[in-house]
Amino acid sequence: MAEPVLVISDLVKSFGALLATDHVSIDLRPGEIHALIGPNGAGKSTLINQIAGTIRPDSGSIRFADEDITAHGVAERARRGLGRTFQVSSLAPEFSALRNVMLAVQAVQGSSFRFFRPVMRDDRLIEPAMSALYRVGLAGRASVRAAELSHGERRQLEIAIALALGSKAFLLDEPMAGMGPEGSKNLTAFLDGLRAEAPILLVEHDMDAVFALADRITVLDYGRVIATGSVEEIRRNPEVRRAYLGDQA
Amino acid sequence: MMSRETILNAVLALALLVVPVTASYAGEQFYVTLATRVAILALGAVGLNIALGLGGLVSFGHAAFFGIGGYAAGILAQHALSMEPIVFGLPGTKQMLVIWLVAMAASGLAALAIGAISLRTAGVYFIMITLAFAQMIYYFAISWPAYGGEDGLSIALRNSFPGVNTLRPLPFFLLCYGVLAAALAFFLMLKNARFGAALQASRQNEVRVASVGIGPYRIRLAAFIISGMVTGLAGALFADLNRFVSPSMLSWQMSGELIVLIILGGVGRLFGPVVGAVIFVVLEFWLGGITERWQFFLGLALLGVVLFARGGVIGLLAGRERHG
Repeated sequence: MAEPVLVISDLVKSFGALLATDHVSIDLRPGEIHALIGPNGAGKSTLINQIAGTIRPDSGSIRFADEDITAHGVAERARRGLGRTFQVSSLAPEFSALRNVMLAVQAVQGSSFRFFRPVMRDDRLIEPAMSALYRVGLAGRASVRAAELSHGERRQLEIAIALALGSKAFLLDEPMAGMGPEGSKNLTAFLDGLRAEAPILLVEHDMDAVFALADRITVLDYGRVIATGSVEEIRRNPEVRRAYLGDQA
Repeated sequence: MMSRETILNAVLALALLVVPVTASYAGEQFYVTLATRVAILALGAVGLNIALGLGGLVSFGHAAFFGIGGYAAGILAQHALSMEPIVFGLPGTKQMLVIWLVAMAASGLAALAIGAISLRTAGVYFIMITLAFAQMIYYFAISWPAYGGEDGLSIALRNSFPGVNTLRPLPFFLLCYGVLAAALAFFLMLKNARFGAALQASRQNEVRVASVGIGPYRIRLAAFIISGMVTGLAGALFADLNRFVSPSMLSWQMSGELIVLIILGGVGRLFGPVVGAVIFVVLEFWLGGITERWQFFLGLALLGVVLFARGGVIGLLAGRERHG
């Protein structure tokens, strides 16, 4: 089996008395979609934030592309190819969709300490950004300010940014949230193809999407991994059914 | 097609040139001096607009750079007159080009030191720590007798510029106007370049910028240094305009005035500082002649802008800004 791209070992994070991440170990292998599910407050976002670098773990380690990145900041991890989307969209609201993606392209191309050439006349920025927008189906909305995009469109824009970064792994925090059935269906089909490009760690509440997409599923509850396995194994697991799935399985 | 803002900017640029030139030929030299004051204050605010407008860094200590630029001009001129070296045998000078370089280097170094520390904070703490640094420099200037202390430092004769008779009001105005125009062109270039994109994105959403792999701190520090340098250059010109430098150039009121200019005109807008400086100087001159409490009306104008025209006068006339 291929070496995992991302290896999280024995990660612990507590907020006061609350153990939000309780000795979690998971990994992400090339070509797979690894879904992270669990009830609200199970610690999914806390875990994603530790992987992306916005929260520092108390102990444990995170290895990405064969390097320990536990001590690196957000920007450094992004430069190494960790592309994330946020549970609540996080964009530059005054910039157009296109300029939001162009910022990612600019970051990939190297230094932002360039003072002369206007970005809006720079095809080296515009073309890759447009092609990322096109891939997520947002090309027609390129000139709309991010603040004026619909909720679903903002989620698409975040994915376009992660694409433009040429990420080696994607961390997607509830990408389907707030999307209509049509949007969810399109995004499911898109993510299905995306895994060939780079593996995806997917936090999602939409169980139809998770069961359709996931190669493996990890279930978190009270910050602990209570099960990891294939879709079938998870559906049958009694503890998972009690803690989370209920009748959905 | 030109946008409304472009047309408005062109009208403003033309008006700021035509009024003093006409006044000069009509023999009203005083208005030329007023226009020079507008141009220099606008230049100082263009500097602040890089940090505050593009970067969202509300510096309440930009008087430090304005004053350092002013003292650079005053000190160099004094040593040129006394023929005594400043340090290490370096002589003073009356050449504006050299003075400007020294003013920008000195204020840039100060901005590096102040910014490196202040930018580790944000929000109200950033405002307070920049204020604190500026106050330190202010009290240092007051208690430093070598260069006049509290009384300030006079420049006996305005410094010179090759090919320009700086002693006459109109040529000196045109020089300041040229520097302002260059600074505005520089601001626009910076804003539209990759650096400006990263800086403006850092203002809008720091987390987003970091998540694409750009560290906001270095971008902001560079912007703060550039900002301080432009404001320092304005300080050097201001000293030459008044032929006088005093600690008041370093005071917190001066820092506040620079912020007020930008808010009146339009935060982050190219000509915001110009409009703000025009309003400020006009109020100061006309209302200042009628009542000592003219700043009450400046306050009213500021209140009006904050309540009813968040984009300042430029925003009111040209609408909201568009980012490509």
